[in-house]
Amino acid sequence: MAKDTANELRIVGTRPDRPDGLDKVTGRARYGADISAAGLLHGAVVRSPHAHARIVKIDASKALALSGVKAVVTRDDFPTGLTGEAWDLQENTMAGERALYDGHAVAAVAATSAQLARDAAKLIEVEYEILPHVTDVDAAMAPDAPIIREGAADHSVPDGLHPNVVRYIEFGHGDLEDGFAKADIVREHQYKTEAAHQGYIEPHACMGQMGADGKGEMWVCTQGHWYIRKMCTQVLGLDASQLRVTPSEIGGGFGGKTTIFMEPLSLALSRKAGGRPVKIVMSRSEVLRATGPTASASMDVKIGMTKDGKITAGSATFRMQGGAFAGAPVDMALYCAFAAYKVPALQHVGYDVLANRPKAAAYRAPGSPMAAFAVESLLDEMCNELGLDPLDVRVKNAAQSHETSSFGPKFGVIGLNETLAATQAHPNLSAPLGPNQGRGIASGFWFNHGGDTSVSMALGEDGTVTVSIGTPDIGGSRASMAMMAAETLEIPYDNVRVNIVETGALGVNEPTHGSRATFATGKATVEAAQGMIVEMCKRAAAKWGIEPDAVEWRDGAAHPAGPNAGEYPPMTIGEIGAAMSNTGGPIAGHHESVPAGVGESFGTHVVDVEVDPETGRTTILRYLVVQDAGRAIHPAYVEGQYQGGAVQGIGWALNEEYVYDDMGRLQNPVFLDYRVPVASDLPMIDTVIVEVPNPGHPYGVRGVGETGIAPPLPAVANAVAAATGVRMRHLPITPSKLLAAIKASKNG
Amino acid sequence: MSKIHITTKVNGEEVEFLADPRDTLLDCLRDQLELTGTKEGCSTGDCGACSVTVDGTLVCSCLMLGVEAQDKQIETIEGMAQDGELHTLQRKFIEHAALQCGFCTPGILVAAKALLEKNPDPNETEVRYWLAGNLCRCTGYDKIIRAVMDAAAEMRGAA
Repeated sequence: MAKDTANELRIVGTRPDRPDGLDKVTGRARYGADISAAGLLHGAVVRSPHAHARIVKIDASKALALSGVKAVVTRDDFPTGLTGEAWDLQENTMAGERALYDGHAVAAVAATSAQLARDAAKLIEVEYEILPHVTDVDAAMAPDAPIIREGAADHSVPDGLHPNVVRYIEFGHGDLEDGFAKADIVREHQYKTEAAHQGYIEPHACMGQMGADGKGEMWVCTQGHWYIRKMCTQVLGLDASQLRVTPSEIGGGFGGKTTIFMEPLSLALSRKAGGRPVKIVMSRSEVLRATGPTASASMDVKIGMTKDGKITAGSATFRMQGGAFAGAPVDMALYCAFAAYKVPALQHVGYDVLANRPKAAAYRAPGSPMAAFAVESLLDEMCNELGLDPLDVRVKNAAQSHETSSFGPKFGVIGLNETLAATQAHPNLSAPLGPNQGRGIASGFWFNHGGDTSVSMALGEDGTVTVSIGTPDIGGSRASMAMMAAETLEIPYDNVRVNIVETGALGVNEPTHGSRATFATGKATVEAAQGMIVEMCKRAAAKWGIEPDAVEWRDGAAHPAGPNAGEYPPMTIGEIGAAMSNTGGPIAGHHESVPAGVGESFGTHVVDVEVDPETGRTTILRYLVVQDAGRAIHPAYVEGQYQGGAVQGIGWALNEEYVYDDMGRLQNPVFLDYRVPVASDLPMIDTVIVEVPNPGHPYGVRGVGETGIAPPLPAVANAVAAATGVRMRHLPITPSKLLAAIKASKNG
Repeated sequence: MSKIHITTKVNGEEVEFLADPRDTLLDCLRDQLELTGTKEGCSTGDCGACSVTVDGTLVCSCLMLGVEAQDKQIETIEGMAQDGELHTLQRKFIEHAALQCGFCTPGILVAAKALLEKNPDPNETEVRYWLAGNLCRCTGYDKIIRAVMDAAAEMRGAA
C-alpha cells in the first residue's frame, strides 16, 4: 500500500538530484537536432509569403536539377479523402489549393546538405494568386470579412453567423436577469489579448526514415510520440503500427509539441528519396511563423456584485481565432472563466473563429490565461470601485469542494480556500509600496488530465528497478517517477532508473500535457510497482511454503505477515532478483489505464510593479505564486513549474504578441522582436506550495504545470492600474501603449 | 563553393574540419566535430543557447563563421567538466534544480563560467544582466540565478 500521510513518506517531498541532470549539464543529452545517421539527407520547407493565396503552380525543376537534391514533395504526394481533424492536420502540414497563412508550407525538398536543401528550396518556383485575408478575430466575424474556408463550420454554429465562425458554445445556469437585479453594481467591459507563442528554446526537429513498404522510423522532439505516430500515419495514409517513433530529449514544449508540423514531410521525403533518412530542423522564424501560437481573444465580461462583495451573476462572451483551422480554446477559456467562484447565475458564450494565421496549438492551460485576464481584471475594477479588499472578495465567493463548478461537473476536493488563506498570510502583502508602484492580485485555475497511460517496470538481477514510461521528461518528471517507484517499493531512489521508451515498447500514451504526467504516469507507476510487489511476495511465499497473502512487503523486502505466518528472515528485493530465474522467471509490473481521480489546481498570484511615468515601462518588483499542488513529489520542480508559468504569463502581459502588417505577414518572427522575458527583467519569483492532497492519487498529486500561467495576465494589469490609475484592457501592456494611456488619462 | 580547411583548438584539443564559407562556427561544432552540446535556438544571436568562448571571449557561435575559427582557443560545454569532475556551476545547477528541459543549460553554463572568471563575486543584478542574453523559457530564471550565486560563493570559499 502506498503511504497516505506526509509523515510516513521517506522519499516523496525530498529534493534529490534528477537522474538526467548529468547529461543535461554536460551537453551529452540528445535533443531533436542532435541526431545523425548514415546516408542522411536534410530537408527544407518552402513556405508561403502570403497570408492567403491560391497556389496556381509549383515548379521544382530547377531545384531537382541541382546535384545532391534527392526529392521534392508537394500536396500531390499526400493521400486524398481525409476528413475532420486528420484533414486539418494534413492541410496544415502542406497547403493544398490555397496557402492559408504567412508561413504555410507549400513544398519541401531533401538534399545532401542543409545548405543545399535551403538553396534548393529557394529555386522551387511557386506562382500565387493573392486573395483577401483577415488576421483579427473581430474583423474575421464581420459581415464583409473574406471567407477563409467555406463549409468549415460544424453543427454547433447557429444560422446567420459568418462562415469564419466554425464552432459555437453556450452554457450556464441560474437566472441571469434576477442575478444582475440583485447586484448593487453591474459592470461590463471588453478585454483583448494577443497571440503569444510557447517560445520553447528548442526549434522543432525530427529525422524520419521510410521505405517503399510503408515501414518507418522517426526520431523527434515531442511531448508525445504516440500522438506523432498517430498523426503522421493519418496524414500519410499509413498504419500506425508500422511507424516506430523514438522521442529525443525535448527542449521545452508548453503544449506546442503535442501535434505535428513538418514531421510527416521527413517521412514523405524519405520515401521518395529511396528510404534515406531525412532530418528537418526548423529555424526560429519557421517556429514563430508556422507552429502553433495560442489564440488571440476578444472578450466581453459582465459581472454583478453586492456592496459587500458577493458576486450575484456573471456573463462572458469570448471570441477567439486559432488560425485557419477550428480549435481556438474558447471552450476551455469559458470553463475556466468563473471556475474560482460560486456564482448563482452564469452565462457563457463562445465563438471559435478562423483567421489567416498559423494553426493554434495548445499553450499551457489553453484559454485559461485569456479568461483570467478578462474576469479577474473586471473583478479588480469592481473591488476598487466598492472599496473592497480583492482577496476578501475572492474568499467570500470561493468555489468549494464537492460543490457544482461554474462549468458543470462537481469539484472533488479542491484547495482554493487554503490557497487564498496562504496568500493572505504571506509577508509580500504587507511590503511597503512607493510612488508609481502598485500591487495586483489575481487567481487562476486549471484542470488535471488522466489520458491513455501505460507504464512497465522490471526487476533487475541485482534488485534494482527499471521503469519504462511514455511521457517525455520536460521538467524533471524522471525524478518524480523514480521517487514514487522507490517510495512504493521502499527501496533507495538511486536503485530506480526511469527511461522514456519508444512507441514499440509500451501501450499507447498520451503526451506530457494537460498537467498529467506526474498525476497519470505517476499513478500508473505506483500501480505497476504494487503489481511487482505482489509477484515478489508470491516468490517469497513459494520459497517459504506459505500462502502469498501471509507475506507482506516493507523496507524493500518480503516479510512473513505476522507470527502466524511462520518465522522466516526477510527476503530482500536483491535476493528476489538474484533468484528469479529459478523461482519462475522475470519479474515485472505493468499498468495500463486512463487514470481516474484527477485533481484540479487553483493558484493566486500577488505582484508588485513600478511604472516609469516618463517611459511607460513596467518593472516587476516582487512576485508571489501560491498554488495547490496536492502533494509535491519533488518540491523544487513544483516550484520550477510555478516560477516558469508565472514568467510566461508576465511575458504575455507585458511584451509578447504576434504583430501582423496590413499584408498579413508576421512582422516579428525572431526573438529580438518577439521578446520573451530575460533574466534582467525579473526579480526572484516567490512560491508557496499549498498541499491539499488529491484523494484520487496514491500520494495526493494534482496537476501543477499549467495553472501558473493564468493569474499573471490580470495580476500584472491590476498592479499597473494600482500604480497608475490607468486600466489596461488590451494586452500586452507595452511601454508605448501604457504611456499613451497615462497621457490620455491626464488630458481627460 | 569549395570548402576551407580549418585547424583550431576546441576544449584544449587540436581539431581540423572543412568549413563551407557560409557555415557558422555553430554549424561546424555541431555537424563537423559532432559537439552537439552547443545548441541552436535562434541563429540570430538572441537566445544564447549557442554560447561558447573564443580566446576567452563569450560569443554566440551562430554569429561567427566557421572559417573565422582558425588558430583559436574555443571552449564549449563539453570541455567544462575536467577529468570527470563537474565544474561547480554544473553541480550547483543540478542541486538547485536550475534546469527543466535543459536545452538552454549548456549556453547558460558557458556564459555563467565566463562571468565568474571576470567577476568572482557578482551581485544578483550583475548575474541577471550578464545572463540577459541567454533565454530560458522554463524556469523563470529564479533557480538559475540562485545556482550561479551559490556556485560563485563556493568557488570563492575554495579559492
